[in-house]
Amino acid sequence: MPAPHGGKLVYRVDKSIDTSGIPEIKIDEDMAKDVENIAYGVLSPLQGFMCRNDFENVLEHMRLENDVPWTIPIVFDIEGDLKEGDEVILSAEGGTKALFHIEDIYDYDKKAYAEKVFRTTDAAHPGVKKVMEMKPKLAGGKITLIQEGDERFKKYYLKPHETRILFREKGWREVVAFQTRNVPHMGHEYVQKTALTFVDGIFINPIIGKKKKGDFRDEVILKSYEALIENYYLKERAVMAILRTMMRYAGPREAIFHAIMRKNFGCTHFIVGRDHAGVGNYYGPYDAHEIFNEFPDLGITPIFFRSFFYCKKCGGVVNEKICPHDKEYHVYYSGTAIRKMLINGEIPPENMMRKEVAEIIMSYENPFVD
Amino acid sequence: MTAEKEEKGKYTTVSIPTPLAEKIKKRIEGTGFNSISSYVTYVLRELLANMEEEEEEVFSKEDEEKIKERLRALGYLD
Repeated sequence: MPAPHGGKLVYRVDKSIDTSGIPEIKIDEDMAKDVENIAYGVLSPLQGFMCRNDFENVLEHMRLENDVPWTIPIVFDIEGDLKEGDEVILSAEGGTKALFHIEDIYDYDKKAYAEKVFRTTDAAHPGVKKVMEMKPKLAGGKITLIQEGDERFKKYYLKPHETRILFREKGWREVVAFQTRNVPHMGHEYVQKTALTFVDGIFINPIIGKKKKGDFRDEVILKSYEALIENYYLKERAVMAILRTMMRYAGPREAIFHAIMRKNFGCTHFIVGRDHAGVGNYYGPYDAHEIFNEFPDLGITPIFFRSFFYCKKCGGVVNEKICPHDKEYHVYYSGTAIRKMLINGEIPPENMMRKEVAEIIMSYENPFVD
Repeated sequence: MTAEKEEKGKYTTVSIPTPLAEKIKKRIEGTGFNSISSYVTYVLRELLANMEEEEEEVFSKEDEEKIKERLRALGYLD
């Protein structure tokens, strides 16, 4: 099992902290996810929100001040009269509460932030838009979680110290992580199983959180994966747990960030597909593969996949590296086409989606986000 | 090394034998490495990463048992 990123798994939880008399700042659910992820070590070695030196290093060099690879700023934006040395309680509607010790308050350039992280300053990019809406200063410092929030999907909410013990107990030395934001079709299954062939176990790790209108709802994704695992995976070889985090849509930089989080969960390998964490046409389809060349010290091995498709002539699921036949024989896994069939009450063909998965999706009156 | 880099204190100078530097210069021709420094940095990071220390135990045996109990209760462990 790989050492946690930066060498030590962070665990900053203290439910006994007396919060009386400490001023409170309201945070949104996205920020609450960052807070819990810091506290539970998903973002090890970060112990809090980034101070200036880490922030600037991440923008310029994609590394923390101490040279540990890190590509996405984890920052807390502020306005008003907070000052260095203050302690505040961060409180989210969903219940998350944490103590934030402010060590550093600093200015930042939103345009430079966007340009470096998202490779664009186009306000139509959702990540850029979010940065441009941030408050004018950033505050860095350690946090300690006092209370966990979001009660949904508790059963699937495993923390890195738990998955590390779980993998060890299962006897898994090499574990591949698969990230998803969608219900599984046959292409996903083949990617996962191809990777699984070479390691001891697979960690299916759906991202739970804010979704766009028309996306599959979180519970639908989880239930459909349960059906897939139940019927088509060896129980001793597959584990599913959720990751609560927001998508930044930072493409290549976010692919590295996603890999780092899975390393902290104890995974040795991470599947990177086409246009990982991309949006629109801001990144090349395989930019998220190439960026890994810049990190020989990442400590988790990426497994790159191009798209899988069904070939009528091969009579099975293949990819462009192994199928010699013309495109006329190929059936591509189109999420849009599958969605359309499901909306029309049609079960997609077996070479596209497992019947058990389709039935689960169709058992929901509305499987999509309104 | 540029004055700007030196000023920020982000880089330092390491001496290597000239023949080795020449070898590296030839080795990186036509690759993505744009300088001897960037190649040496890459190789050293790779080397040091392979020597990463073992994980420190965060939890006591008692805590670990509690975690295993939770994992069993959730159906992750038999």
